[in-house]
Amino acid sequence: MEAVFLTFVFVLSIFLGFELISKVPSTLHTPLMSGSNAISGITLIGSLAAVKTDNVQIAIILGTLAVAFATVNVVGGYAVTDRMLGMFKKKDEGGAK
Amino acid sequence: MNIMTLGINFVYVISAVMFIFGLKMLSSPATARRGNLISALGMLLAIVVCLMNAGLDYKWIALGVFIGSVIGLVAAYKVEMTSMPEMVALFNGFGGIASLLLAWGEYHQHPELSVFIAVVTFLSAFIGGVTFSGSMVAFGKLAEKISSKAVVFSGQHIVNALILITAIGSGVIFAMNPADNYAFFMVIIAVSLIFGVTSVIPIGGADMPVVISLLNSYSGIAACAAGFVVNNNLLIVAGALVGASGIILTKIMCKAMNRSLGNVLFSGFGSKVQAAGDGPQGEIKPATAEDVYYILEAADTVAFVPGYGLAVAQAQHVVCELGELLEANGTEVMYAIHPVAGRMPGHMNVLLAEANVPYDQLVEMDDINPKMDTIDVCVVIGANDVVNPAALNDEGSPIYGMPIIETHRAKTVIVLKRSMNPGFAGIQNALFFGENSRMYFGDAKASIQALVAEFKGAE
Repeated sequence: MEAVFLTFVFVLSIFLGFELISKVPSTLHTPLMSGSNAISGITLIGSLAAVKTDNVQIAIILGTLAVAFATVNVVGGYAVTDRMLGMFKKKDEGGAK
Repeated sequence: MNIMTLGINFVYVISAVMFIFGLKMLSSPATARRGNLISALGMLLAIVVCLMNAGLDYKWIALGVFIGSVIGLVAAYKVEMTSMPEMVALFNGFGGIASLLLAWGEYHQHPELSVFIAVVTFLSAFIGGVTFSGSMVAFGKLAEKISSKAVVFSGQHIVNALILITAIGSGVIFAMNPADNYAFFMVIIAVSLIFGVTSVIPIGGADMPVVISLLNSYSGIAACAAGFVVNNNLLIVAGALVGASGIILTKIMCKAMNRSLGNVLFSGFGSKVQAAGDGPQGEIKPATAEDVYYILEAADTVAFVPGYGLAVAQAQHVVCELGELLEANGTEVMYAIHPVAGRMPGHMNVLLAEANVPYDQLVEMDDINPKMDTIDVCVVIGANDVVNPAALNDEGSPIYGMPIIETHRAKTVIVLKRSMNPGFAGIQNALFFGENSRMYFGDAKASIQALVAEFKGAE
């Protein structure tokens, strides 16, 4: 039953994703990519929950590595997207012309 | 389900909503930055409540988070805008390896998996591994640490097919009895890493926008599969959103090149260079900075068409300066951008935004082509194949059918190029021999600087 429920969530999310993303203009495709990549760092949530006190040695190492890599994705991804989007400016009123 | 886990899951729903709103706000440059912030807050919220789970080992988590944050922040603030494709490729890879490690760690702790969980564990590890090694190859190619040319060897398809069969075979054996088949799980990891390399290595530099968006999609799917492994809805929702985003971008890129995804992935396009002497020939008309200055000075509308050459020469700032001088001179200036110009989707837009070009001057291919006859001057900077008229009228051309920016229809075309060497597709460009074309040879940045100097000298 759990599997069916998870699959249900999965399928609906894909449809939602298509609806949302197809409206993004090509000007913003690079920030979309780095921003959505930051979202894929959501694996971090799973990795955090996997680093438990009762873990065996190897599992701790694997979990910590997963946390580190996913954090690079999350922190770096959002920061660089913000930096990029800050550069997109509309023409100032009263500017050249 | 106790009250604590219920609360945590409820907060995950709020996070998912914030991701969705964040992506929705990316549909306009005016709201995009706020959208990214909302998405980041959603992530922060999810991380904070996740840390409230019982029994976590905080010192190891703190270590991982610290290392990851430092690397992420330094990379994000140090990276040059021209190196953005490499950086995105690298981060995609990290997302993939994190999903692989997560699946491995979970399996290591609880080897007794149901068939369903075993299958998704296999998928998470395999897709994560392919994403990681594939992204590393893409990174190497983009950063020119390895040859960006398509590397093709005979029997490549057979080798790839064998690798895939090995992966699926090990996956099936693993899923039937996960507890006793640790060795097969190791085989899956090894095979996935090899497959990432062999599947990206035959893809050449100009096809990178497709590869980058495909890998972006993979990193989402890997996160999604990891969500099934750890039974977490938020991972599934967020992973599916990213997966969908990558697939849409991949589709757009393929359409912009008039090629199927299979063709990009398996053909080793661009590895065959057309024999010298083939293709259009004719007289070229070189121009000096002074000639170009007089042409631009007299123009009412000027459209710049940037390509990868602009990124290589780091010419975005001088182009913007020239654009401003032209505007001060009463000329209407716009920037026509082809979807696959550069090395990732929207690469040119980011470079021009960095140089302070307002985004309302950036025009998409489909919007500029109908107006092309009325444009006085098109300045092509380091773009080749995306302005090649052979795509429209030469059925024998390898790029026949690909939509292009129809610069040859403008009254005058000025092509900035280092030499007459053909572009990535290895085909000569009839545009260069056109009646209305002038060639302005030299490094894009130096050439435009010379123009800027002409304009300033005239004042």
